[in-house]
Amino acid sequence: MGRDEEELLAALRAGDEAAFARIVSEWSRPMLTLARSFVSTQASAEEVVQETWLAVLKGLDRFEGRSSLRTWVYRILVNTAKSRGVKEHRTLPWSSVAGEDSGPSLDPALFQSAGEAHPGGWRAAPSAWPGEVMVEGSVLAGEVRREVRTALEQLPDRQRTVLTLRDVLGHTSEEVCEMLDISQANQRVLLHRARTAVRAGLADYLEVG
Amino acid sequence: MAALTCQEMVELVTDYLEDNLGWRDRRRVAKHLSVCDPCVRYIEQMRETLDLLGTVPVETLSPEAQTTLLDAFRDLRR
Repeated sequence: MGRDEEELLAALRAGDEAAFARIVSEWSRPMLTLARSFVSTQASAEEVVQETWLAVLKGLDRFEGRSSLRTWVYRILVNTAKSRGVKEHRTLPWSSVAGEDSGPSLDPALFQSAGEAHPGGWRAAPSAWPGEVMVEGSVLAGEVRREVRTALEQLPDRQRTVLTLRDVLGHTSEEVCEMLDISQANQRVLLHRARTAVRAGLADYLEVG
Repeated sequence: MAALTCQEMVELVTDYLEDNLGWRDRRRVAKHLSVCDPCVRYIEQMRETLDLLGTVPVETLSPEAQTTLLDAFRDLRR
């Protein structure tokens, strides 16, 4: 446990409300994302997070500091979410690497095949995106942001979870591996496929539109 | 060493952006990008996608739920 965490733990044990309010507001975002990958609805995920915090409060004095505080909280969250997911008859998303994780991440039809002039080369170069896409406040930027959210929601559970934790919430790969208890290699595959899919979704949208 | 195709390049983009490539692959990527404008554009679009993802709002607990938890904290820690 790092120094900051020791101070945080001491503050929580001493009943420091501000410290508790701060971690509840900061940690609940990734916790909700993680919980959502195990249960059926957002409301259910929200209950899992609340239940987790209550368990954390009750267990605070027993916590021995063998892992980081955050890891301990996430472990409680995952256990709570898992048993909730089982009750909802959901299959656990993190138990194995699914078939969806192998093969090319981008549609092979976009590339020339073996008999053609440049096998593996682009059949047609990706079309340029209008510069307006990245201009904050422009109409197109608003539409594109909505499209990004749609693409994100359509991802398979595990890819959406990893992408949200990494690129939306800004966690490091180490943190994400620890939270989800997956290997670096697995994390990379899921992140890569998710990023590729979201960019492809945007490309489709901008080409048609 | 064989030159990268665009299709192989696309599969290395995440490792490239995460700085996870060994020096050999890094050199192959750099070489490919020096002659392939479509892949340069692809990577640029990937960077823009990441910037856009960073703006997606993510829900946190409702204010009511947060208040409930604070109350519980107060009760338990008194």
